[in-house]
Amino acid sequence: MTAALALVVGALIDLSGPGHYIHWGFIQISVGNLVVICLMVVTFLAAILIPYHRRGGRS
Amino acid sequence: MTTVDRNDVEAGVGLPEDADQWTAKIRGFLMRNLPPGRLIPDRQPSYMASWIYIFGALTMGALAMVILSGGLLSLEGPTWWHTSTVGLFVNSLHLWSVELFFFFMVVHLWGKFFMAAWRGNRALTWMTGVITFMASIGAGLTGYLSQTNFDSQWISTQAKDGINAVGIGAFFNVLNFGQMLMWHIMILPLAVVAITILHVLLVRTRGIVPPIELEPADPATAATGGEG
Amino acid sequence: MARTRTYNPDRDVNPWTGPYRSYDLAKEIVVTFLAVAVIAVVLAVVFGSPDEKSVTLKSWSTADQVDFAATAITELDGSSATAQYGPPYNDVADVSQKIGPISVESALGVHIPVNPPQDFVLGPLSTVTGNPQLTKALATYRAASPAQQQRWTAAYETAVKKATVSDGKLVVPPGAYGPVAVLIGNLTQLATSGGLDASLINHAGFYSTDYTKSLLFVADGGYFSSLGDAHHLSGEQWGMMNETGSYPGQPWLWLYTVWYQVPPFNGDNTFGANADAYVWILMMILTAGFLLVPFIPGVRSIPRWSRVYKIIWRDHYRAQR
Repeated sequence: MTAALALVVGALIDLSGPGHYIHWGFIQISVGNLVVICLMVVTFLAAILIPYHRRGGRS
Repeated sequence: MTTVDRNDVEAGVGLPEDADQWTAKIRGFLMRNLPPGRLIPDRQPSYMASWIYIFGALTMGALAMVILSGGLLSLEGPTWWHTSTVGLFVNSLHLWSVELFFFFMVVHLWGKFFMAAWRGNRALTWMTGVITFMASIGAGLTGYLSQTNFDSQWISTQAKDGINAVGIGAFFNVLNFGQMLMWHIMILPLAVVAITILHVLLVRTRGIVPPIELEPADPATAATGGEG
Repeated sequence: MARTRTYNPDRDVNPWTGPYRSYDLAKEIVVTFLAVAVIAVVLAVVFGSPDEKSVTLKSWSTADQVDFAATAITELDGSSATAQYGPPYNDVADVSQKIGPISVESALGVHIPVNPPQDFVLGPLSTVTGNPQLTKALATYRAASPAQQQRWTAAYETAVKKATVSDGKLVVPPGAYGPVAVLIGNLTQLATSGGLDASLINHAGFYSTDYTKSLLFVADGGYFSSLGDAHHLSGEQWGMMNETGSYPGQPWLWLYTVWYQVPPFNGDNTFGANADAYVWILMMILTAGFLLVPFIPGVRSIPRWSRVYKIIWRDHYRAQR
């Protein structure tokens, strides 16, 4: 039912199926959450590493 | 009684005889701490040369999207999204705006931590940021409780144990949908927005924290605090 | 007059005397908002949002009559999790969570009264009319002594675990249950018809938005918790961080849920029994620590030790040299 509704509204990728979980020692984390956390780390690193040059230079 | 003309009044001249007024005192406080050039600056220190500095604004952009999409959901009520395709889209917009809000806020937090942005009398800026984070978690929890689906049922019946264990459950009943919805759409958004405004005003009054320097600029007058 | 404490690079700054650059704040605000709006719309269109349908007493009792009946008997005899919960729902002694000797839960007492035998079973059954067998069973049960009621419910509770469903009706092996079999049988029928859902909404009149009783009853059942397990939402599955389906959930709650996965909080000991209270207190302490980072020596030195700032401000340090 959820899948049908999601398709109708144009949810192009259906995430309502059962999730995948990664088990590492006592840690259990969903793939979705792991992706978000990795993206945050990558974004942070990109933000501090990518050069930031303003037009107009230094005054 | 001295007379003033309209130009003087609008310029906020402020006569000595009116100095005890609450209005005059408030205006004086605002003018001293947030003159227009500081409230809405058009210059920034040259050390602000990193993409990490945009994450505060990104967080606020996401907060604006959360409120806008939440407002759209409010137009039709809390169960609209189960039976309407437009409603489902607006609900999705609200969910992903919240994910983006926390995403940008955490990256902003990491940046501010590694910059030790509390330095130079800016501890209150850090603290209001932390309080906003906590209030946002509360807003998120009550939002999940307002979904009117299995997830709300699950989260409410699980969360009740932690909340009851410390006595808060006697007053904050996560199983009471009406109460949780009203906390979510009224009390907590107002709290998050109010503390965010305070946070931003503190950034404006103190200025953006200068880079970490291991030595004082002038050891003779190694004053602490200061605005940088 | 300047304070003359020693300069501390983790607490203090050198006032900025360097150059300022032209900068368009309004443009930044508008551009960042538009960027976020576009990203949010794209994510909403691509991924949508999850919507697992609610469990009702009707859907539960239809899907698993035996589990419903097995739960209902524990509500009647007062042995269910809700009936034994204690404050804020009812006055059961010595069950509230404690930190050491202190139980705030207990001290505050009952604020949301829930009495499962009456509220979940006898009350709703009393509203059914035109069923003389049920009316008689209710009267018989109410007139019996507590000890007699206990004997009936205990016998039923054991037997119902072996019950089956035949022709849509619950079939319990024969035994000495007195009126209890009729009570639970009728309650199950009331549930499958949808009448029990309506009965359990807290009624302050016509309108109600408080689902306390329905939720407590539903959550007492094995059916509901097996759904939670299937969606990976249970406590020991780090469930607090998760969302139904494959959607990302609440990764920012990692520090709250991690404690439930480790000793002593996950153990069969005092800590385990009072895990919720201990975890809350621990989190409040950690939150206070988080709030007070600017004042905590060592913690506030981490930015300097880690040297990440040298990357962030590399242009500035280069210009200085």
